[in-house]
Amino acid sequence: MILNYIGSYSLLFSLLISAIIFLISIFSIQNKKESIRNLNKLFFFQFFLVLISFLSLIILFVISEFSNTTVFNNSHTNKPLLYKISGTWGNHEGSLILWLMILTFFVFIYFLKSNTRPIRERLFTIVFQEIIIIGFSIFLLKTSNPFNQVIPTPDQGLGLNPILQDPILAIHPPVLYLGYVSTSLIFSSALASLICLNVNREWASFIKNWIFVSWIFLTLGILLGSIWAYYELGWGGFWFWDPVENISLMPWLCLTALLHCTLVLEKRSSLGSWTIILSIVSFTLSVCGTFLVRSGILNSVHTFANDPDRGVYILIFLFFLIFSSLIIYFLYQDKIISNKDHFNFLSKESSILINNWFVMYFLSVVLIGTIYPIFLEVLSNEKISVGPPFFNKLIIPFLIPFLIFMAIGPNLKWIKAKKFKIPIRLSILLFINLVIAFLVLKIFDEVTLKLTLLLTASFYLFFITFKDLIKKEYKNISQTISHFGFSLLILSIILNSFLSKEIITNLKVGDEINFQENIIKFKKIESSFSSNYQSLIGYFEINNKHLFTPEVRIYDQPEVITSEADIKTNLFKDRFLVINLVKDNDYLNVRYQEKPLMIWIWLSTILITIGGSLSFIKKYEK
Amino acid sequence: MNFFKYILIILFFFFSSISISSEKNINLELKIFKNLRCLICQGQSIYDSQSDFAESMKLVVRQKLELGMSENEIYSFLEDQYGEWILYDPKFNNKTYFLWILPFLMFLFGALLILRKLGVFKK
Amino acid sequence: MKNKYLLTIFIIFFTFCFIILFKGLKNPNTYQPEFNQNRVLSDFTSTEFFSDEKIKLSTIVTDEKYYLINIWASWCIPCRKEHKFLIKLQKQEKIKLIGINYKDKFKNAKNFLNDFENPYQIIFKDKNGIVSIELGAYGVPETFLINKNLQIIKKIIGPINPKTYNEIIEIIK
Repeated sequence: MILNYIGSYSLLFSLLISAIIFLISIFSIQNKKESIRNLNKLFFFQFFLVLISFLSLIILFVISEFSNTTVFNNSHTNKPLLYKISGTWGNHEGSLILWLMILTFFVFIYFLKSNTRPIRERLFTIVFQEIIIIGFSIFLLKTSNPFNQVIPTPDQGLGLNPILQDPILAIHPPVLYLGYVSTSLIFSSALASLICLNVNREWASFIKNWIFVSWIFLTLGILLGSIWAYYELGWGGFWFWDPVENISLMPWLCLTALLHCTLVLEKRSSLGSWTIILSIVSFTLSVCGTFLVRSGILNSVHTFANDPDRGVYILIFLFFLIFSSLIIYFLYQDKIISNKDHFNFLSKESSILINNWFVMYFLSVVLIGTIYPIFLEVLSNEKISVGPPFFNKLIIPFLIPFLIFMAIGPNLKWIKAKKFKIPIRLSILLFINLVIAFLVLKIFDEVTLKLTLLLTASFYLFFITFKDLIKKEYKNISQTISHFGFSLLILSIILNSFLSKEIITNLKVGDEINFQENIIKFKKIESSFSSNYQSLIGYFEINNKHLFTPEVRIYDQPEVITSEADIKTNLFKDRFLVINLVKDNDYLNVRYQEKPLMIWIWLSTILITIGGSLSFIKKYEK
Repeated sequence: MNFFKYILIILFFFFSSISISSEKNINLELKIFKNLRCLICQGQSIYDSQSDFAESMKLVVRQKLELGMSENEIYSFLEDQYGEWILYDPKFNNKTYFLWILPFLMFLFGALLILRKLGVFKK
Repeated sequence: MKNKYLLTIFIIFFTFCFIILFKGLKNPNTYQPEFNQNRVLSDFTSTEFFSDEKIKLSTIVTDEKYYLINIWASWCIPCRKEHKFLIKLQKQEKIKLIGINYKDKFKNAKNFLNDFENPYQIIFKDKNGIVSIELGAYGVPETFLINKNLQIIKKIIGPINPKTYNEIIEIIK
């Protein structure tokens, strides 16, 4: 098939162009030739060629051309068109092309949008960026070429894992990758500004945009993943502390810290080296995530077919990046011109430092919890699991002071809060919130010390950010909205986690069961056929008015059974009903859950990203 | 400062009414399910998994609870059978000192850096 | 000067990480419970296959030197592969075979035994998989070689193959 050749040759040519750009940039840096205008065509071609190869792969998937290995392994003629297309990036090879495409796209955009930066710095950024692009291109071509051919051409493909055949999961990877990949530009630009001695206010306000881009997409990507896990994978849970989830959380945490600390660099010319370190770490964590997921070194629900060669390659590439950035950092770190003033304790910059301190702690918990089992196994041959209880135990107690600091911090002034009469007012408010939290917990009879304090802190943050939101004299609307969204998120998660109720039982058709003022009636069961699966639909009635129709799907290619939950959402709670087959029995395993405020978890996360996006709009208004 | 005194007194009464270890165990069974890792679908707890193994494991846990075994007794029984790997909540022992302590060390280290930036160590 | 030390420390640290991760790549990422020599099998009571009588394991495991506990099911394809080894083992002295019929339908299991011959001295029913978990097994087929004190001498996950068969023969000789 001709598209196989087009795809694979355009990848090769794009690699060639990357090499050319790389050499031109090096040459221009050495000769101090300050003209780089002609590069934009090359950037465009670099992107365009990867795009062509990506499109060829999509077309191969759409026409079900099974002479292509990737298509053969991951597609099937019976699959709906949407999932034929999304199947392109639902596998290792295809997702890497997508990754590379975004990488070349962003460097193109960077080139267009960075006219304000000194040329030398742009050239260095391009050099680092091209190293990354070349690294991933070679990885793609060498270990995971998506255009390998199967001879002779099989009649039928092996199919896509049905749990991946889902509209949200179709867009989840591209969004997430936009987030991951844009951290590479933060990385390159940070190193370039370090070398060119440009770590200053102007650079901070320039790089802030990229940090926002990265952070917004990553937030959305994680959100989509959680929503998918909620209704498809999990039995009502949305975050499992699974290694692959942790991997997306780590760069997010790092970017959150970075977002705040660039503000200090921008406003106070301080924390320059720390900003650089965080920029380097964000991208390193993204690549580290790629390594952990693709090498199959971790044991997770989300796995790609793995191949040790790939692991070795990315590992070497990862450590090449780590070592070179380490050396560059130490070579130039002394030359960062930074405001050496000490911070006043009651100032905005101190509160940002405290934010960074806590976020870095959370990051270290997640990182250590995720990779510790690997280290332990290599060193002592013992295998242990580190799961949700570990993360909850280490994170929740620290969340309490974090939320309180977060409530107070943004109301402080830069340099020094002049008159600080607020403590009394703030403590009264804190006290009132303690009473409210206690009463709320008392009503539901859930009073424990940990929960009371946690709820107090989150109510506190909620009221303070809410007050800021309605005050209407926005100094920084983007921050106000994001912080309000975050407080809402935390509050919903906490209330959701202790107010959720569930029942697991076995029911036959005609059975009825009482569950806390609810009567669950199993009315009938029907089966139906779709193009690529057969489904059993249970009809349940709750309190004689809500009809639930959860499904069990038996896919034929590959043969997998999935459960499709039926979820009824309103503003106060989700009702979640899922059924499962029990081998050799005529009853079904039924799980019914009531999950309060579920929708607010999603809405508040969207609010957070809206807040982030507003920072761009504000800029254009100026 | 009278005001703070009142707050402190009220706070005291508040916390004395809260029992610190009142983790309520209505859903002990579910808690145990969530803490046991399934050996068949290895990324999931037996609570989340629907494999034969997980289903049988749930029955075993239920049976043991009915026999009056405590949560920890069930864990150590299963750990004997399947190894420590099966528990999602790692124990605090010589294998996991680093796991539990390292994050705290990082936190303390961060505190030092911040205090330095605030000029606390400057004479 | 201070920075040089720091850099060296970082480089050593990351080199260490690299080596660990590199080695980690070679380990399998799936977990198999390790065989714990001399672990004593927890005693269980279950119903006998044909008679539906409740029988305790320790009441059967008495005289013979070795017992082979084999978890099987009629729906399990690898069980058919290992069946010929079980037949051969049954003919050995000093060993008795105990079957545990895992999550099976009585009719199917009986047909299976009729079709392939019954190598077991006694068979327990394990309708819901509880017995297997009590034993520390995690699937079918799985085989435990124990002595009369219920100590596990050998454990085979998956079907018995020529190699493991010979190992069993070596032990019981």
